Amino acid sequence: MSGEVKLVGFLCNWCSYAGADMAGTARMKQPANLRVVRLPCTGRVNPLLVLKAFKSGADGVLVSGCHPGDCHYNEGNYYARRRLELLARMLPVYGIEPERFRYTWVSAAEGARWAQVVAEFTAQVESLGRLDSAAALPEQIFEGRPADE
Amino acid sequence: MRIGVFVCQCGTNIAGTVATEAVAQAALSMRDVLHAESIQYSCSEPGQRAIIAAVQQQGLTRVVLAACSPRMHENTFRRTVSEAGLNPFMFEMVNIREQCSWIHANTDEATIKATDLVRKGVARVRAQRPLFGGTVPATRKVLVIGGGVAGIQTALDIADTGIPVTLLERESTIGGNMARLDKTFPTLDCSSCILTPRMVDARQHKNITLMVNSEVEQVRGYLGNFEIDIRKKATCVIEEKCTGCMVCQEKCPGQAPDEFNLGMGPGKAISVPFPQAVPLIAKLRKEYCRQFIKGKCGVCEKVCPAGAIDYEQEDEIVTENFGAVVVATGYDTFDWQGAFPEYGGGHFPDVITSLQYERMLSASGPTGGHVRRPSNGEEPRNIVFVSCVGSRDESLGRPFCCSVGCMHIAKQTILTKEHIPASQSYVFYIDIRAGGKGYEEFTRRAQREFGAIYLRGRVGKIFPRGGRLAVQGTDTLAGEPVEVEADLVVLATGLSGAAGAEELARKLNISYDRYGFLSEGHPKLKPVETNTGGIYLAGACQAPRDIPDSVAQAGATAAKVAGLLARGEIETSPVVAEVDRVRCVGCFKCRDVCPYSAIETEWLRSGSDVAQVIPSLCHGCGVCTVACPPGAISLNGFTDNQMIAEIVEVLR
Repeated sequence: MSGEVKLVGFLCNWCSYAGADMAGTARMKQPANLRVVRLPCTGRVNPLLVLKAFKSGADGVLVSGCHPGDCHYNEGNYYARRRLELLARMLPVYGIEPERFRYTWVSAAEGARWAQVVAEFTAQVESLGRLDSAAALPEQIFEGRPADE
Repeated sequence: MRIGVFVCQCGTNIAGTVATEAVAQAALSMRDVLHAESIQYSCSEPGQRAIIAAVQQQGLTRVVLAACSPRMHENTFRRTVSEAGLNPFMFEMVNIREQCSWIHANTDEATIKATDLVRKGVARVRAQRPLFGGTVPATRKVLVIGGGVAGIQTALDIADTGIPVTLLERESTIGGNMARLDKTFPTLDCSSCILTPRMVDARQHKNITLMVNSEVEQVRGYLGNFEIDIRKKATCVIEEKCTGCMVCQEKCPGQAPDEFNLGMGPGKAISVPFPQAVPLIAKLRKEYCRQFIKGKCGVCEKVCPAGAIDYEQEDEIVTENFGAVVVATGYDTFDWQGAFPEYGGGHFPDVITSLQYERMLSASGPTGGHVRRPSNGEEPRNIVFVSCVGSRDESLGRPFCCSVGCMHIAKQTILTKEHIPASQSYVFYIDIRAGGKGYEEFTRRAQREFGAIYLRGRVGKIFPRGGRLAVQGTDTLAGEPVEVEADLVVLATGLSGAAGAEELARKLNISYDRYGFLSEGHPKLKPVETNTGGIYLAGACQAPRDIPDSVAQAGATAAKVAGLLARGEIETSPVVAEVDRVRCVGCFKCRDVCPYSAIETEWLRSGSDVAQVIPSLCHGCGVCTVACPPGAISLNGFTDNQMIAEIVEVLR
């Protein structure tokens, strides 16, 4: 897997995660580069998490939530859109091509669309190759809190 | 910390692609994992027993299960670990079926991915702490939206359990589309003879409150405790006074399209939709009323013996509390005119839809139950039925089956023959879909006993010729073009979710598809629930559905709702936000972004004020956690530490 790109996807539990499940139930084959992290809402996606993923070795990061207007929590995806729009513009500052990052909307009924998004995004990042210079990101980024125990 | 990892084979569903033993083996080298095994069917009784036994024998404190989607069985296994003596949240489910084995063909790739995902799950559960939910009292009252047959049946079934129901209908009468039907397949029962008594039952039931001319305006609250604003639309008729005598309708000089009869007859600006309407009240449509257009008329006010007319009436907003909501908004037929210029695009009066034809067949319809050509009022001889107009048509972006068209065409050919024995029916069809009980036999009867001629193929063109309509199509079985001279053409139009269903879905926070149908929680496990707790579906608002299925689903929905409200209280999820008082600086950015106003001020003895989450209001979206500058607010089950650990480990 060393030559292959590694992708992380942050998915809203209510729409895109269910859409991805639907694609699976329908046996829609997809590239195996993506690792999905399930979240209650894209509004939970801290832009620092995206940077953390790049710093930790991701070659591409995908965020997918409910269509604008359809957020399970009314407005979480609007917050996500603002935050991630800004993040996308900042990525070149860290030497990360903006094409390595995508946020998209896939509903629970759109299994086929999800499979297509995965295929397209994987191909897009593959054309860029591995990310070899997340070096511009600070060494200590989003370290979380000291563990309780 | 003692973590156990279980890798489900799911028969060959997972093991067919993922080397589950290898994943379990790899898990043994992950941090704090001291037990790992592959299980054939983890959700089976022996599978669940094996997990419980391992937890108890090895003293495991946390469990990771790699199996199907957590959306499928997370709650099942939370109960399992709970039975083993652990907190149900010390459990993490990793999806290696829907999002791994089923979407990959290469075993090596899939096994590597499954191992990565298990490592992610272990990292997540390591950073987890026990969580405890609470309970809140639930309002023992249900709102059913839509008074068609599904809504009526749901309301009756819920009301029979003793739970009060408000049945909301945006038209002036309940009954929905079924009230428009003359007969029903496959028994040829009279539709109104089945429906009307149910409508009256709903009106008279002591636990049902009927609200007509009403729509949902705004929804607040959550499972068990919804607060809903209902708009009662002004109709210029005082409901309590109107007796339904129809004198106003008789005397009204304002011509208007007849909504109930789908434009098949003359209508009035003030009218009672049909004689069996429940409640039997008139409704005035301002857009056609001379009093409102010209500023003078007042005929209805003068003739009304009950004094029920009030031109000054205004919309009214009523706010009520409900514990659960059932959506039963039904369907609309496909608006075919724009999409089918080759069928005349609505310009030929003798091309009508099957629902319009139904009104013509009905004794209470505009022709008094006589089949007539709309163009000249003559009795038709040749009648052509066209199936799948706006169904199973990918070129229109409508690939799905309307599920009722084949059957109502068969029914209408039979009824046509009964109305006009000398008539001949022709049916252009793609396939005959007759899957229900007694359905196949019914379509055969239409052909054998009633002489309907079935032609397999699509109609390409309809055009007027010598006072009749030439219907040109292809007989794909004979392999040749066919042409039928028709006096009347009936189009079996496809179905979509009712107009306004999407808007309602947004207010209720439930999903819908691009045809306006509302999405169930899971096609098999949660067929009448939605993804939003406390909101349920019944009938054709979910997908095209016939009357038997709608009524059956209504009963299922009622059982679910009654089950929800039976105990009078509802368990709340502990996946809510929490504030670390020491870190909070009192900036209240969290309060600004919270969609549920779930954050209030807590005054500390030290004199500073910090944010505080009201757990019963928090829905657990986590928007606040990102907004918090010092990272003082975190979401249980999705803490920063958990997310970070997941990312770092999955990429290791």
